[in-house]
Amino acid sequence: MNLQIAWRNIWRNPRRTTVIMIAVIIGVWNMIFLGALMRGIVVAMVNNGISTLTGDIQVHQKGFRNDPVIENSIKNPEILETILNNTLPSDAKWASRVRVSAIANNARHSSGITLAGIDPLREADISFIGEAVVQGSYLKADDKNGIMVGQALVDKFETKLGYKLILMSQDTSREIASRAFRISGIFKAELESTEKKFVFVNMPVLQQMLKLQNGVSEVSIILPDHQDAHHVKNTLNADLPSNLEAATWRELLPMLDAYLKIYDGFILIWYLVVFIAMGFGIVNTTLMAVFERMREFGLLKSLGMKPGRIFAGILTETLILLLIGMAIGNILAFLCVYALSGSGIDLSSFAAGAEFAGMSRVIFPVISIWDLSAANLVVFVLGLLVSTYPAIKAARFTPVEALCHT
Amino acid sequence: MSIVECINVKKTYKQGKVEVAALRGVNLSIDKGGFVALAGPSGSGKTTILNMIGGLDSADSGRIVVAGNSYEKMTQSQMAELRLHSIGFIFQAYNLIPVLSALENVEYVMLLQGIPADERRKRAKAILDEVGLEGKYDRRPAELSGGQQQRVAVARAIVSDPIIVLADEPTANLDSKNGQGLLEIMKEMNSKKNVTFIFSTHEEMVMEYARRIVYIKDGMVAEDRIKKA
Repeated sequence: MNLQIAWRNIWRNPRRTTVIMIAVIIGVWNMIFLGALMRGIVVAMVNNGISTLTGDIQVHQKGFRNDPVIENSIKNPEILETILNNTLPSDAKWASRVRVSAIANNARHSSGITLAGIDPLREADISFIGEAVVQGSYLKADDKNGIMVGQALVDKFETKLGYKLILMSQDTSREIASRAFRISGIFKAELESTEKKFVFVNMPVLQQMLKLQNGVSEVSIILPDHQDAHHVKNTLNADLPSNLEAATWRELLPMLDAYLKIYDGFILIWYLVVFIAMGFGIVNTTLMAVFERMREFGLLKSLGMKPGRIFAGILTETLILLLIGMAIGNILAFLCVYALSGSGIDLSSFAAGAEFAGMSRVIFPVISIWDLSAANLVVFVLGLLVSTYPAIKAARFTPVEALCHT
Repeated sequence: MSIVECINVKKTYKQGKVEVAALRGVNLSIDKGGFVALAGPSGSGKTTILNMIGGLDSADSGRIVVAGNSYEKMTQSQMAELRLHSIGFIFQAYNLIPVLSALENVEYVMLLQGIPADERRKRAKAILDEVGLEGKYDRRPAELSGGQQQRVAVARAIVSDPIIVLADEPTANLDSKNGQGLLEIMKEMNSKKNVTFIFSTHEEMVMEYARRIVYIKDGMVAEDRIKKA
């Protein structure tokens, strides 16, 4: 009967109840849906970061991260390969690479690029390039002259499939090494800057060009679960020889790591700001309802109702309001997320600005349990908390004071 | 046997900067089963005495004892408990809960007492039948006339068998026919259930029903008249 009374009390003033309920619905929808979009941006940034030749973990020669020159390459990758095969989880994937800064030229243009020598078979499993070729073909292991180039670089160089590209870099003896390649594949990436920055050739060809013998710059590892990166890195570091070190993507991409940390704090602050606007509405509505019913509280007290029960009654009314608002807000947010899950939001027209922030061209909303719980908890807990003020007020009226209220 | 004892009860209210003495030392003793009218002009202190007896307001000095409970020693929670189980109220403005039906309004006191739903319903229906509201159980207050609303209030006041019922000008908002009807019901409940009724009034017609009339003037008992049977 208490619930029934609370329910009827809520609908004494349907217009006011509807207004505050809409405020709660919009607030919850806003928190969850816009939170999902922001989470989608962050997840895409992390996935881009990891798939753009970073991986969950990388192993380098010590000193390479501070000075990524060819001299700081891993000299004997065979030992490392044995350790990786013994230490990594069975479903983890890894690939070695040679990565150097280089200059790409053709007859009309030249540009600084990152030249990556890859093992085509292994690389396809661990980075974006495996599925990124849109023209020509993915590198074959025995292709000594082939090079895969990004669409944006092709456009910039006004070149096309089958044309030559000259690459220059410094070899291990600090001499200029150069070699001509023929464009065998053109790839498209999530970010235009990736298309302009990276070119891919077979690793043995690059090792020969740089007189690196069988040395590699890095080994990139992809784990079945990104969350395991820290733990696996620690295990690896314990097994690696002293001249090698493993680092997680968070250490390799410190800007992205910092952004993620800021994001988690920012979203809570944003939830609070949305809630404060909503909270004033809840307090105002509940206070109005309390003052309108003052005589009734006086009556209830004269009937023998204790203040605690009046307090609980007001909170029950707020609870019902919040639960209905939250349920509808959640459903609306899920519907919006579902509607965008196929096509996402295309930011191509803002690509340059979006890329500057490392965002993908298309945003797909992602609902995380943490965001969902945080949004609902903020509304639920703080909603009840702010309504304690009118509830305490109602409970504190003396019967005579309340009965005399007009 | 006294069910209500007021000994030298004084109460002063502040109206802005002015202090108004509402009760200037009321001495009153009411026996169980009484049907007592507190009569007097507006502002004489009738409602204040009722509020004091009902524990809705506290005295500045003096002593009030109701059913053996001395108010000066009781906490708010104990007072609420006493009101819940031993005192019924009838107000001039009916004061029914607008979102509840007549039946639910009557049931509500028993809900607070923790009486099971089936019993609550049975007793509420029986008492509504007794006050002449059979068939109107599901009407909300807005769907009832003033007289009917006040009957619901009487039913609510007596449904849990209180020791005393306090009624503050119960007929003031009713026409004479409805007023008389209500007083007949109150008198019947008084004689049938031996519930003590104490009501304030300034209407002659109401006073005629009372077996004892206590005249209040300027916050004091001016005259205490017991009618001969």
